[in-house]
Amino acid sequence: MAAEIIAPQDVQASRAKRGRYDRLIGPLLLSPSVIALAIFVYGFIGMTVWISLSNWDTARMNLSLADPLLSVYDKLFNMTRFQINIRNTLIFTVFFLLLAVGLGLLFAVLLDQHIPGNALFRNVFLFPYALSFVVTGVAWRWIFNPETGLNLLMDVLGVNWFLGLFGAGPFAPKWITDPRVMGDLANIIPLPDGIKAQLGFPMAMLPVIIAAVWQLSGFAMAMYLSGLAAISDEVREAAALDGASTFQLYRDIIIPLLKPITISTMIILGHVSLKIFDLVFAMSGRGPGYATEVPGIFMFDKTFKVLEYNTGAAASVVMLVLVSLVIVPYLARSMKEV
Amino acid sequence: MEFYRSRKVNRRTVTLGSAAAFAAVSVFPGMKLAAQEGEAEDQLEIFSWWTAGSEAAGLEELFNAFREMAPDVEIINAAVAGGAGANAQAALQTRLAGGDPPDSWQSHLAKELNARYVDPGYCESIDDLWEEEGWADVIPEGLIAQSTIGDVKYVIPVGVHRGNVVFFNKQVLTDNGIEVGEELSIDDFVAAADTLMAAGITPLALGSKDGFETPHLFENVLAARLGPEVYNGLWDGTTDWAGDEVKAACEDMVKMLGYVNDDHPALTWDGAMSKVIEGTAAFTSMGDWAYGNAVVAGVEDNIGYVAHPGSAASYISVVDGFVLPVDAPHPNNARTWLKAVGSADAQLAFAPNKGCIPARTDVDASQLNEYGQWSAGDFAKAAVLASNAHGAAADPQFQAAIGEACVNLLVSLDAEAFQMELADAATAAELGA
Repeated sequence: MAAEIIAPQDVQASRAKRGRYDRLIGPLLLSPSVIALAIFVYGFIGMTVWISLSNWDTARMNLSLADPLLSVYDKLFNMTRFQINIRNTLIFTVFFLLLAVGLGLLFAVLLDQHIPGNALFRNVFLFPYALSFVVTGVAWRWIFNPETGLNLLMDVLGVNWFLGLFGAGPFAPKWITDPRVMGDLANIIPLPDGIKAQLGFPMAMLPVIIAAVWQLSGFAMAMYLSGLAAISDEVREAAALDGASTFQLYRDIIIPLLKPITISTMIILGHVSLKIFDLVFAMSGRGPGYATEVPGIFMFDKTFKVLEYNTGAAASVVMLVLVSLVIVPYLARSMKEV
Repeated sequence: MEFYRSRKVNRRTVTLGSAAAFAAVSVFPGMKLAAQEGEAEDQLEIFSWWTAGSEAAGLEELFNAFREMAPDVEIINAAVAGGAGANAQAALQTRLAGGDPPDSWQSHLAKELNARYVDPGYCESIDDLWEEEGWADVIPEGLIAQSTIGDVKYVIPVGVHRGNVVFFNKQVLTDNGIEVGEELSIDDFVAAADTLMAAGITPLALGSKDGFETPHLFENVLAARLGPEVYNGLWDGTTDWAGDEVKAACEDMVKMLGYVNDDHPALTWDGAMSKVIEGTAAFTSMGDWAYGNAVVAGVEDNIGYVAHPGSAASYISVVDGFVLPVDAPHPNNARTWLKAVGSADAQLAFAPNKGCIPARTDVDASQLNEYGQWSAGDFAKAAVLASNAHGAAADPQFQAAIGEACVNLLVSLDAEAFQMELADAATAAELGA
């Protein structure tokens, strides 16, 4: 309509002008954040990688490259202590993810039953998520101190007296002070020679896993609740009409429908647990025989206490690679979906 | 249609644009802060990790001494809390590497001073101040040596702690018929510990969570078994870490660890001291800052102290001093500050609060409390040694390696493996080279 009044070449001109403007203004507005990201994220990642390949192992900066180039990594992976760190991180991540996601799903499904007090429980489960890891760590350290906390409570409640009636010993696990490592992967499959750490389950890690699950299963629950809310009642009604029991409804229909939520939750919690520092640092620290030390604590020690900047940087790069293994496939997937 | 699309594009551009603007705004304030420095010298910024009650009070006394000399200068207290200084050191290292030094900061002496601050070129010589103030005449030789790197003095010691002290619960010992005199020998301690074990009391309280406590106990054991001269040789390569003397000390250490509480990995040194204060444990081997906990709890009458068993001839010193940075923002104020903290009055006011003794020996020790007088008396008599657990005796790598060996020892309780690990670390450290 309007084109009848304005000459066609004017329309073209204004479109071309607008197009040029758009082409310019977009990158122009973007450039500050792109530059900031390039410097402050990717630039520093690059610098960390460089430091991890350098000879910088005192407070005096030394960016000359090591010879052979990967000698810092070679040293790092040959350290029993770092092997223990990697073992701890993997054990922690696997058990924490299974328990947090599993409990989160269970709480969400239970809350989905519209029982009375629904809102109260939802908040109760979600509250721990609002605390900082340091608070959680300190509180659970007291709970899992073998001479106070839980063991004392059990004693006061008469559990030990009760066990004594059956001739059983007192309830006295050593919790975060337990140096034992249960099992050894080397007994099941032959391992390469370089592995000096015992690849089993460090008992002191158990309380740390419990504390982390306590804090973050509420988050998983919230994720699942939002997923459940998105499943329409028609699906449930159709299933009910077809004669599905509640168990079948959840196993065959609802949980499969929640798969995207499960994946997202796993990714978010997985990268939290691979990078974990504060909770472990406040709760058990390095643990007996490094039983609860994770690469983050190792990196902090090496960089700031020992001033071996190259070893600390190498540990950071290893952590980055671990987290990337989880995040990158997820990002690639979501890119494809867009 | 066309119109709608272009509006959509615009909306997206606006969103991204505001994100960019936000990023820009959040980056720039940091630059503005850096630009504010270098104005007239009306400020003095002091960095330390003295944030807790009595330590902060001690720092305030030093501030007061400075205020008397420069009343118009505003003091900025840039203290960082936590982790026996570990957090503060990390924060300070970042500031120094970024070229943003405070006017002066707290440092331990000798190896730590060198590795962290002098070797990277962060510290200025204060030889002239030492000369001007005549500090060399009033500070004991052991401390002058620890203040000097190469031939240059970089630090003025302010207060001295003793690391090799055992604190004990008098009531618990009396109840079990144990007497502690002026000195405690290794054998007497072992006999007492066995009696206490039999009575169901933890003989020696230990907290190992922070990582420095076990090496602290170990260096006390080393000093006790080796004596001052051989102990000093550990750090310059003249004592053989694989030799028989160290072997005996490693065996002593394992024996000691047989007397400790099971929950040590969950406790820090103050948790261990609490056990002694409460009476569930009898002894704990720690630096004299632990006595401050007894004073705070109001039970100092029931807490006794004596040099760590067998180490009465040694005074393992943990010394705090202040340094002068290269490119201090307010260099004149910084020099005034060092003069202030090196003065007898300031050190005497500082010591009782911090629970240490003055680094100067020309002060009137009778103004200290009973514990301070005991410590000052031994300071004048005993050989003043450098502490490894607190950074003065060995460079950070060797110190950390000893720490790792101690962590492993706590689990293995294997003296032989422990000594082998130590000897390997000593070889790697190239002592005396």
